Amino acid sequence: MQLPDAEQLLAILADRIHPLLADNTVLVGIHSGGAWLAERLQVMLGGDIPLGSLDISFYRDDFSRIGLHPQTKPSNIPFEIEGRHVILVDDVLYTGRTLRGAMNELFDYGRPDKISLAVLVDRGGRELPVEAQIVGFKIDLEARQNMELLRDEQGRFTLRLVEGK
Amino acid sequence: MNNPQLDSNGQLKHLLSIEGLPRSILTRILDTAESFAGVSEREVKKVPLLRGKTVCNIFFENSTRTRTTFELAAKRLSADVVSLNVGTSSQAKGETILDTVDNLIAMHADMFVVRHSQSGAAHFIARHVDPQIHVINAGDGRHSHPTQGLLDVFTIRRYKPDMHNLRVAIVGDVLHSRVARSEIHALTTLGVPEVRVIAPKTLLPPEVQKLGVQVYHDMRKGLKDVDVIMMLRLQNERMTGALLPSPQEYFKCYGLTQEKLELARPNAIVMHPGPMNRGVEIESIVADGPQSVILPQVTYGIAVRMAVMSILAGNTEPA
Repeated sequence: MQLPDAEQLLAILADRIHPLLADNTVLVGIHSGGAWLAERLQVMLGGDIPLGSLDISFYRDDFSRIGLHPQTKPSNIPFEIEGRHVILVDDVLYTGRTLRGAMNELFDYGRPDKISLAVLVDRGGRELPVEAQIVGFKIDLEARQNMELLRDEQGRFTLRLVEGK
Repeated sequence: MNNPQLDSNGQLKHLLSIEGLPRSILTRILDTAESFAGVSEREVKKVPLLRGKTVCNIFFENSTRTRTTFELAAKRLSADVVSLNVGTSSQAKGETILDTVDNLIAMHADMFVVRHSQSGAAHFIARHVDPQIHVINAGDGRHSHPTQGLLDVFTIRRYKPDMHNLRVAIVGDVLHSRVARSEIHALTTLGVPEVRVIAPKTLLPPEVQKLGVQVYHDMRKGLKDVDVIMMLRLQNERMTGALLPSPQEYFKCYGLTQEKLELARPNAIVMHPGPMNRGVEIESIVADGPQSVILPQVTYGIAVRMAVMSILAGNTEPA
C-alpha cells in the first residue's frame, strides 16, 4: 500500500489550522507523536502560539487491565487553559479513547472555551463518539493493522503501516 | 532468591524496603514521580488512576507528616482512604495485627500502608495478604522507610541531576535511623559514588562500612566539599542508656551550623526528614536558609508516594 508523505500531510494540517487561529488559540500535542507534530506546527504557524503537551498515562481507561505505562512523561501546560481555544494535536486517530483521556486531563487544568482536534491520519475504528475537525488523511484500516508516525534524526516524519496477525 | 516485593514477572508488588530492588525499578518510580509532581501544581490536583480502590493507612506508631502525605497521595489518585491510629484503638483492646488487617480486608481494602515500631511488621503483613493486595512499608522499627529514602533521592535528583558525580554526607543518629538505611541503599543503587556517614561511634551500627559508606567521626572533616548534607533526627524516643552526653554537647559536635555548612560545596543542599529538633541537629538559620530544601522534600514526598501507589496498583494480577 502506498502511504502518503507525512511531511506533506503536516503542511496540509498547517494550512487548515491557519484560518482557525485567534488570540485565544493554543496548541496541545499528545505524547509522543502528537507532541512532535504540535512542535512543528507551532513553528510553521509563526512561532507565537502557546504550545503545550499532554501525557495521558494517568487518564487511560485500561489501567486496571494493563497497569501504568512504563514510561510516563510529565504533561506540560505552561499557560492558563481557562477561556482558551485548544487545538489538540495527535498523529493517528483510532478508537477515540486517547482523546477522551486527553479531554479529561485538560479539564483538570481549567475550563477551555473550545476544543478542536487535528490529526495527521484518521484510520477509522472508533469506539467512542470522537471526531477530528482537521484531518490530513483518511484511511480505513483493519484492527490487526497499526499506523505509526516515525521521526528520523533530522526531525523528518514518515508513516509506517505495521501488519499484525 | 525469592524477593517478597516482586511478583513472578519481576514487577513491584509490595514496597517493603529499598534493599534488594534493582536500579531499573527505583528509576521508574522516580521518573513516574516526576510526572506526578506536575499534577500537584495544577488547578485540580487529582488523577483518576485509583478510582474505586481503597487504601488503608494503618499506623501502629504515630507520624503526622508521613500519614498526611500518604493520605494526600492516595486522595490525589482518587482512591478512598481510611487512616487508623491503631495504637489508640483496637490494639489497645488486645487485637492482633493480623486480626486488624483481616477486618480491613473484609471491608475490601486494596492496599495497606503500614507503620510499626517493630522491624519486619510490613513484611509480616505482606506475607499474610492475598496476591491482589499491596503493602507499602511506611517505616518499621530501625529497619526501613523506603518512601522516605525515595523522596530524598528524588529531591537530590531534582537539585543535582548528575547523580554519578556527587558527594553525599548523612549526619547524625544512623544507629536508630531506618531513614539512613533506606537513603544509603537508594544512593548506592542509583550510582552515587561517594556516600559518607558522620556520627559519634555510639550512634553508628556495627560494620556500617559494609553498606558501602565512608565513616567520619569529625563533622568538619566529613562535610568538606560535599554536595548534599542529609541531617538525621536525634531519636530520643528510641534511645536507651547513655549514648549521648547531652543535647547541647551533641549540637556542638554534630549540629549543622552556618559555619560548618560553609565547609561543604558553595551550592550544597541541606536536607532533613523531619521532625526537626532545632538547636540540636540543626541551627534555625540553616534550616530556614537558602540552601535548605527541607520543605520541598515534603512536597515531593506526595508525588513519590503517588508514583509508588500507582505502580503497585497497576501491577495487580487478575483475581
